[in-house]
Amino acid sequence: MVSSAGASHIGSALSVIDIASVLYGRVANVAPDRVNDPDRDIILISKGHSASGIYAVLGNAGYFPLEWLDRYCVDGAPLGGHVTAHGIPGVEFSTGALGHALPFGVGIAIASKRDAHPRRVFVVLSDGECQEGSNWEAAMLASQHVLGNLTAIIDRNRLQILANTEEISSLEPFADKWLAFGWDVVEVDGHDHDALETAIAGAHDRPRVVIANTTKGKGVDFMENSVPWHTNTPNAEQASDAIAQLEALREGGSR
Amino acid sequence: MRDAFMAALTEQAQQDSRVNLIIADIGFKVVDDFVAKMPDQFLNVGIAEQAMIGVAAGMASLGKRPIAYSLGNFPTIRCLEQIRNDLCYHDLNVTVVSVGAGLAYGTLGYTHHAVEDIALMRALPNMKVYSPADALECRAVVELLPTTPGPKYIRLGKNREPRIHEVQPDLSAGAPVLVREGSDVTLMVVGPIVTQAIEAAQELAKQGISVRLLTCPVIKPLNITAIRDAATGTAGIVTLEEHTLMGGFGSAVLEALAVHGWRIPVLPLALDDAAASTVGSQEYLREQNGLATHSVISRIADFTASV
Repeated sequence: MVSSAGASHIGSALSVIDIASVLYGRVANVAPDRVNDPDRDIILISKGHSASGIYAVLGNAGYFPLEWLDRYCVDGAPLGGHVTAHGIPGVEFSTGALGHALPFGVGIAIASKRDAHPRRVFVVLSDGECQEGSNWEAAMLASQHVLGNLTAIIDRNRLQILANTEEISSLEPFADKWLAFGWDVVEVDGHDHDALETAIAGAHDRPRVVIANTTKGKGVDFMENSVPWHTNTPNAEQASDAIAQLEALREGGSR
Repeated sequence: MRDAFMAALTEQAQQDSRVNLIIADIGFKVVDDFVAKMPDQFLNVGIAEQAMIGVAAGMASLGKRPIAYSLGNFPTIRCLEQIRNDLCYHDLNVTVVSVGAGLAYGTLGYTHHAVEDIALMRALPNMKVYSPADALECRAVVELLPTTPGPKYIRLGKNREPRIHEVQPDLSAGAPVLVREGSDVTLMVVGPIVTQAIEAAQELAKQGISVRLLTCPVIKPLNITAIRDAATGTAGIVTLEEHTLMGGFGSAVLEALAVHGWRIPVLPLALDDAAASTVGSQEYLREQNGLATHSVISRIADFTASV
């Protein structure tokens, strides 16, 4: 999909895919036949560049025909390189520029609370994205309004475009930052589905952030924790190698 | 104009619980009545304009009608990407309001001069742009909101601008509003600077130049046919605005005339392409930019003589 499209961000897609699977498949009150149900939960993907991973999850869950994935980033096709709500069932908000979905989610959470509506809002962020100040504006506001209906899940793979987050503009102590902003903080292994489910599904009376420790490029040995695979496109040989590794993982269970 | 806006909005919010006023800690005493009457439809996000627009967008996605209100460039340029991506890309029903646009806060310095906002807002898809000239136009703009879907921007003056219309104009077609009949040249104005235009028209009449004066509070979508028709029989159109020439109202008129191939002479009177380096009142800064009444008079006279 990414290889044939000549696209990038495969490392980010592989790091977020377990989070997305748990969120759409196990936790949130969403379903492919209820994408306009006013009572559904709202999932917002702030790291829009992980589109190939999100679309793979949505396609396999039945939100749109699987064949759409084969035309990823093709001229005139529905699926492009950043998640868009325009014509893609299951996507609530178009992103691509970072730092946009958390404030948007806070708006939904405040409005839901005012309407006494039980919907929950889940926002998936990247870790590097937390260098955008708009997230912290939203974080302050979420805590001020005691938004227990809001959960942020951060894909903490520790790599941004050019290097480790700690070498560029350090996020640590990351959990303490969120605690200081008044959030309920849970840290989990971001590839452990049961742990993710427990962390994301659990009730909380304040906004919760789930710091999901992940591996960028998860499941492909030459992509894992490798800075260039944020932007690289796998060639045909690399793609087939990667797919073989991922299929072996599926057969043998998570490593 | 600010009080007229808030009074009209308060009435509307009392009738429609979807109306939510969101501010970024601007509006000392201005929002008190709204808050007293509808505390559950009010939200102060603090000094956080990016959050203000994002939150407004999220609320609008659930069917609310948020009004995001702040001052000068704060609700527009500070959070331009949120307006572009969150509001315009998603065509969400949010109204962005700036109080004190133009040079209204002249003495506070260039940071507080909102003089590029029309250009930036009207360049965005789905966005509608309004610049009322007096309290009645302002109320008319507010009354357009419930039936106008998608993102909207209202550029307000400060307060206590003179009333120029006898009755509240009908802005439903977006056509310019006649202020004064005339036959030699057509003067089209956006915003409170219309008071200078009235003075200029009176003085020009003494010089034998009959100015047809209109305001044009609906900048986007621009009703260029109505603008062309309003200028019929005169030598050309002079536009006047408290905004940089690039991308402003005059620029919009020129673009639209060119697209249609309508060859009408136009003189766009606007601010210089410069960051004000001097401190001064609105009147002083207009003078510095060649927009004092005497300058407007001589530039219109020269234009009328040359076409």
